[in-house]
Amino acid sequence: MSAPPDQSPPIPRPAAEGGALRAVRILLPILVLAAGLVTWELVVRLNNLPPYVLPGPILVFKTLISDWGVLSRSLLVTLLTTFEGFVAAAVGGIALALLFNQSKFLEYSLFPYAVILQVTPVIAVAPLLLIYLPQQTAVVVCAWIVAFFPVLSNTTLGLASVDRNLAGLFQLYGASRMQTLRYLKLPAALPHILGGLRIAGGLSLIGAVVAELAAGTAGAGSGLAYRINESGYRLNIPRMFAALLLLSLAGIVIYGVLALISHLALRRWHESALGKDT
Amino acid sequence: MTNVGNGGIGGAVWSDAGLSAGGIAVSLRGVTKVYDSGVMALGPLDLDVRKGEFVALVGPSGCGKSTALRLIAGLIAPTSGSVRISHHAGEVRPGRAIGFVFQEPTLMPWASVRENVGLPLKLSRVPAPEADARVREALEQVGLAEFAGAYPRELSGGMKMRVSLARALVTDPDILLMDEPFAALDEITRFRLNNDLLALWRNLRKTVVFVTHSVFESVYLSQRVIVMTQRPGRLDAEIKIETSEPREEEFRTSAAYAEYCRKVSAALAPAYAGRAAL
Repeated sequence: MSAPPDQSPPIPRPAAEGGALRAVRILLPILVLAAGLVTWELVVRLNNLPPYVLPGPILVFKTLISDWGVLSRSLLVTLLTTFEGFVAAAVGGIALALLFNQSKFLEYSLFPYAVILQVTPVIAVAPLLLIYLPQQTAVVVCAWIVAFFPVLSNTTLGLASVDRNLAGLFQLYGASRMQTLRYLKLPAALPHILGGLRIAGGLSLIGAVVAELAAGTAGAGSGLAYRINESGYRLNIPRMFAALLLLSLAGIVIYGVLALISHLALRRWHESALGKDT
Repeated sequence: MTNVGNGGIGGAVWSDAGLSAGGIAVSLRGVTKVYDSGVMALGPLDLDVRKGEFVALVGPSGCGKSTALRLIAGLIAPTSGSVRISHHAGEVRPGRAIGFVFQEPTLMPWASVRENVGLPLKLSRVPAPEADARVREALEQVGLAEFAGAYPRELSGGMKMRVSLARALVTDPDILLMDEPFAALDEITRFRLNNDLLALWRNLRKTVVFVTHSVFESVYLSQRVIVMTQRPGRLDAEIKIETSEPREEEFRTSAAYAEYCRKVSAALAPAYAGRAAL
């Protein structure tokens, strides 16, 4: 710190040094993917494996294109379920956390049941839900059960980890409960909430798939997981792989979108969204 | 001319001087604070601060200086005794009578400097145009007018502390409570902020209660240094600092300053000696 340390400008970022490292970080996983695919294709070709034992990546890709009509419709069904479950989980988790934060009484009464709901394997719960609820509702409920807990627990943590001095400041200036919630607790909890939502996004996809698998044997589903089951029965292994590929891509996209939203919301102030050098 | 009182048990001895010299801004009578853990943190403490006076509280760490400040601010309630704060002409202005500057800047990281400084006004629902004008004025007072749009992470430690000070001033409080505000800053920044604070105090004529563990800072800033005993903190001694006003940087190097520092250090010594013996 030189002349007036009080007014020194923010430290400039070292620019160029990060570029090479970033290129390596993107290139390496791509190389691994390429090597894996080539090996897979070679193993299939050299051993003359029939597609119903193991299809090569090229055949899987071809199937993805030729069956796109069926697969895309299933993808939409699964995505819609995931989205509904995710929204329900986000709204439910945040609302419940806010209620818990306002009333210890409610928290003590209900939190154990939230935990029980979380630790009971959803795959065992799904068949029961399918008995009592219409199938589409049951699938969404499954997605919700799996995904709401991380939102709830992260939001609860965030609301409770408000800076004590800031809380004192709000008290000093006579802030109402609503003001404290809106101007202090919610913004302070935002990084935690967004972290919870990022986990919930992936989990609601898992919940949707689990419920579809459970429902699939009942026969009425048409989501991607149902498609995988169905293709399995028909020994249409390339389509199983293609559907799996789509599920995996859907998960990646969901995570990416949520991570992007989180980054955009926090980039101006939160440590997690800032470069390591600032 | 110094006046080393020995309050300790009968702390009321010196309070008469305050009464004769105009209004009392802050009055503590027999105040004690026992924390839930059973730790006796403070008192019994008697303290009077005149309107427009700059008082420094010094004492060993853990002696309850900060507790005393929080009691005055109304952030915590005394276990026994009374805390009285005078308001402007008897007018009750909740949240306006007191400004508090914490040991850390205690800024909301998600909000710009402008929003941080304007927080007390927003909480008391001051109309936006008026609030904007007052925020600008407060930022000008601390010399940060051009940083209104910056975020806290973009500022240096000294600048953050200035923002915190501007936020305390924005409500135009009668009493400014400062809890070791410059303790974490480097010495040069600290000296600059000391001078700026003195200038502000001269211009605005606030009542200031300044907690510090620095003997040098307490002598440089205040009109009266109150030395506290180790926990539970009581009044140990009172040293009046009388020098030509306004104080300038030369005061720091003057013989009178050194003499005052020696006196305060001597008054503090028993508290620290007691600690060593424990």
